[in-house]
Amino acid sequence: MTAVGVLALQGDVREHARAVETAGGTWAPVRRPEDLESIDALIIPGGESTTIGKLATIYGLMEPMRRAISGGLPTFGTCAGMIFLAAGVTAGAQAQLGVLDVIVERNAFGRQNESFETNLEIPGFEQPFRAVFIRAPWVAKVGGGVEVIAAVDEHPVMVRQGNILASSFHPELTGDVRIHTMVLQAAAGRRRMDGER
Amino acid sequence: MEAGTDRVKRGLAEMLKGGVIMDVVNAEQAKIAEEAGAVAVMALERVPADIRRDGGVARMADPEKIQEIIDSVSIPVMGKVRIGHFVEAQVLQSLGVDYIDESEVLTPADEENHIDKWAFVTPFVCGARNLGEALRRIGEGAAMIRTKGEAGTGNVVEAVRHMRTMNREIRALSSMESGELMASAKTMGAPFDLVQEVAGSGRLPVVNFAAGGIATPSDAALMMQLGCDGVFVGSGIFKSTDPAPRARAIVEAVTFHDTPETIAKVSSGLGEAMVGIEMGTLSDSELLQNRGW
Repeated sequence: MTAVGVLALQGDVREHARAVETAGGTWAPVRRPEDLESIDALIIPGGESTTIGKLATIYGLMEPMRRAISGGLPTFGTCAGMIFLAAGVTAGAQAQLGVLDVIVERNAFGRQNESFETNLEIPGFEQPFRAVFIRAPWVAKVGGGVEVIAAVDEHPVMVRQGNILASSFHPELTGDVRIHTMVLQAAAGRRRMDGER
Repeated sequence: MEAGTDRVKRGLAEMLKGGVIMDVVNAEQAKIAEEAGAVAVMALERVPADIRRDGGVARMADPEKIQEIIDSVSIPVMGKVRIGHFVEAQVLQSLGVDYIDESEVLTPADEENHIDKWAFVTPFVCGARNLGEALRRIGEGAAMIRTKGEAGTGNVVEAVRHMRTMNREIRALSSMESGELMASAKTMGAPFDLVQEVAGSGRLPVVNFAAGGIATPSDAALMMQLGCDGVFVGSGIFKSTDPAPRARAIVEAVTFHDTPETIAKVSSGLGEAMVGIEMGTLSDSELLQNRGW
């Protein structure tokens, strides 16, 4: 069985864990560098990106996470997770992994009163995906090698670069586990590769 | 596109889980809180300890002050309104605060009714001492619950009492057969559909934070181990001798609430915590938790 690590410093860890289980996987919390060793994929949840960045810095997770993700660990970040994976933000400076070659605009859709849900077309899915955007960011600048999978009003809200997938919205809040199933498939592929090594 | 749905309102609270929400009275404190790793700040005129000391009618903060705090940080900003004062809530919604706390810390504006929270796009958090009170607030549209505790005392005993009470009542509901649920709803004074939901799921339908009297990293970790989703710290930070390190320590203690070695490390050398108040020295009329029902 493949184990998905969920970064458990702060945020909606429980919802991701539940989505992974519903999709047929197992999960483990990641709070310390050594927790990264036994996982086949990594999820960075929604939460407050500044808080997650600070805690990851204090507890020595930044470099080990960069190494693991650059080494091919399938990784999925939602909302704050997308910001944390990105190379930069349009305003200010905060701790980011910089493994995903995009610049993100935080709270781009507005404050909580502008938070919304909508049906999103995602290539490969027959039915639209109910996407929940909460004080959500969008991708303001896309680097080379980054594929835009979905957009709202022409603003990218779901992107992929190799083993890294990121969304502005929260699939973990909807009970629809199609995206988590994709993560589990990538994790299973990674496990097979590791087995052959 | 749909704004202000249940999922969107409750969803923001889900994102705050495992985090610390700090009371601040100006932009400078808000920045200290954000820098320390707060997931959100609560903008208010005076922290509860000062409200308790000064007396008088405590109201919503000056909109100018709330705006100043909103402009100073990138994290969510919450604001407090008086129980039942739906116009103060309309004002906060128009200012664009991210969450409204209908709070017993302020002087109630209505002794009979709480705000009809379904009428708002901005989500609400409300205090509760027990499951019935929590479900009544959720029935009125609250998207997040916090223990009432006893604000401004630096004494965690009431928050513990309220959390343990809620846990016990949820466990009791979970073990009941369906034929017993209506009698429970009647006893608790809680909406029947919510009683059924809690009995089935074994948990509150919304996020539940601890609040009221949390002053140290260990207090925060205690509430987390009792099953809270996160903590509000009111007077505990900015009424201590050295707020910034204490704020950081409480943030770390919440994340690593099940690791005593980490709590020991972050608790070391923090200086004086706020001076606390023993519950026995407060008369019933001085208890903020008895405001609202």
